[in-house]
Amino acid sequence: MTALRLAWLYFRIGSMNELQYRANFLIQLLQSAVSVVTALVVLKVVYSYTEALNGWSQPELLVVMGIQILLGGVIRTTIQPNMQRLMEEVRDGKLDFALTKPADAQVLVSVREVRIWRAVDIVAGSVVVAYGVSGLDRSVGAGDALLFAALLLVGAVTIYCFWLVIATLAFWIVDVWQIIELFDGVYHTGRWPVSIYPLWLRIGVTFIVPIAFAITVPAEALTSRLEWSTVALAVGFSAALFVVTRYWWRFGLRRYSGASA
Amino acid sequence: MNAEAGRVRSLLDFYVTRARTQIQVQFQYRAATYFWLIGMLAEPIVYLVVWTTIAEQQGGSVQGITTGEFAAYYIVWTLVRNMNIVFTPYGWEWRIREGQLSAALLRPLHPLHDDIAGFAGWKPVVIALWLPIAAALWVAFDPVLDPTLLEVGVFSLAIWGAYLIRTMFLSTLGMITFWTTRVSAIFELAIAVELLLSGRLVPLPLMPDWAEDVAAVLPFQWSFYFPIVALTGDLSRGELLGGLAAQLLWILALTGLTLLVWRFAIRRYSAVGN
Repeated sequence: MTALRLAWLYFRIGSMNELQYRANFLIQLLQSAVSVVTALVVLKVVYSYTEALNGWSQPELLVVMGIQILLGGVIRTTIQPNMQRLMEEVRDGKLDFALTKPADAQVLVSVREVRIWRAVDIVAGSVVVAYGVSGLDRSVGAGDALLFAALLLVGAVTIYCFWLVIATLAFWIVDVWQIIELFDGVYHTGRWPVSIYPLWLRIGVTFIVPIAFAITVPAEALTSRLEWSTVALAVGFSAALFVVTRYWWRFGLRRYSGASA
Repeated sequence: MNAEAGRVRSLLDFYVTRARTQIQVQFQYRAATYFWLIGMLAEPIVYLVVWTTIAEQQGGSVQGITTGEFAAYYIVWTLVRNMNIVFTPYGWEWRIREGQLSAALLRPLHPLHDDIAGFAGWKPVVIALWLPIAAALWVAFDPVLDPTLLEVGVFSLAIWGAYLIRTMFLSTLGMITFWTTRVSAIFELAIAVELLLSGRLVPLPLMPDWAEDVAAVLPFQWSFYFPIVALTGDLSRGELLGGLAAQLLWILALTGLTLLVWRFAIRRYSAVGN
C-alpha cells in the first residue's frame, strides 16, 4: 500500500513538472502521429499482397500493433526513464540519495521518473486497438475485454521486471547503454504475432526478452485465440520473474559502493 | 598551384589520420559495437520473416521475388544499414543547443570533415565485426546470392556513395536546429519518409506504383535500395554504372545544399562556450 501511495505521489509531482512544458505535448503528438501512420502504411503494403499473415487478418494485426504502441508508451512514460536514471546513478554514485531514504529502495528507484507526454502513445495505441477490434468478425465480449486488460497489466509487470534485471547489471558493468539500444531493436519484433517467427527467435522473444507474453498474449485475448494454459503460463512466468527480480536486485545492491556523490 | 596541392595533401592527411585513430578507438569497444549490431538485426529479420511468410503462402515468391532472394536482400541490408549510420541530426541538435559547436568552429577546418572522416573510420571496424553475424544469418536464412565480379566492385563503391549521400542529407536536416531547437518531430517525419521510400522497409518494387514514382526523384533509394540490388539483383552493366553516376550526382547536389544551408545557418549561431 505504501508502495502505491509513493508511486502516486511521485507520479503527481512528475506530471505537474512536465505539464509546464505545453509545447512538448504538440511535438509528442506529431511524433506519435508519424509513427502510427508509418505502422499503418507498413500494414497496408503487407496486406496488399495477402489476405492473412499466418492466419492473422488485417484487423487482428492492427490489434497486435496497437498493443505494441500502447505498451511502448507505458515503457517510455515510466519504466525506461526510471531504469535509465537508476543506471546513471549507479555509475555516478548518486544512488546514495535514494538508498538513504526510509522507503523500500526497489519501489523508490522504480517510480521516481515520469515522462507524462509520452503517454500520448498510450492513447494512440488504444485508438489503434479499438480500430482493429471494430474490424474484427467476432464481437469482443466484456469477459474478453477484462481478460485483455488483466493480461496487459501482467505484460507490463513482466517488461518492468525484465528492465530491472537489465538495469541491475549496472552494478557490475558500468556502461549498459548499448543494452537499451538492444532492447529498442528487439521490441520492434512485438509488432507482429510471435507465431510467424522461426523457433529460435520465438523462444528468444518469449523467454529471454519477454515480448511475446507482453504483447501477443493480450492480443490473443481479443482475437479469440487464447487458451487457458497460455494464461496460466503468462501469469506464472510473470510471478516467478517478479520474485527472481526482487532477489536479483538485492543481490546486485550489495555490490554498490557509491559514496562518491 | 603549389599551395593548392599542399592544401589537398594536408586535408587528405587529416582524413587518413582521423580515420585511423577512429579505427583504433572503436576497436577497443568491440562488445559495445556488438550489442549495437545485434540490436539492429531485429528490424531486417522481422521484415524478412514477414515477407518470407507471405511468399510461402503464395507458392514461393512475391512479385517474382523468391524467399532466397528476400533473404539475400535483407542480409545485404544489414551491411548497407551500417554504412548508413552517420552523424545524426540529433547530434547536430545537441551540438548546437549545448554550444559544443563553438570549439569545432575554432579549428581551421569545416566541422563536416571531422564527421565524415570519423564515421568513415568506424566503418572498417563495423564491417569486420559484421562478418560473423552475416555468416550466422547466411546459415539461418539460406539466401540466394551469386554476384558477378562487376557487381561486387560496384557494390563496394556504392556503399561509400550511400554513406556520403546520407551524411549530407542528415547534416542538412540537423542544421535546422540553427533556427529552432524543437526538431525531433521534423527528424522523425523525415526518417519515416526515408524508411518507406528508400527500400529499407521493402524492396521498392513491392511499394505501390505511385510511391515508386515519388522515390525515383528522391535521394533515399540511392543510399539504400541501389547498393543492395547492385549486389543481390540482376542489374545490367548500364544500370550498375548509371546507378553510380546517379549517386555521384546526388552527392554533389546534397553537398552543395549542405554548404549553402551552412553559410546562412552559421550566422545564426550564438553560443559562446561549451
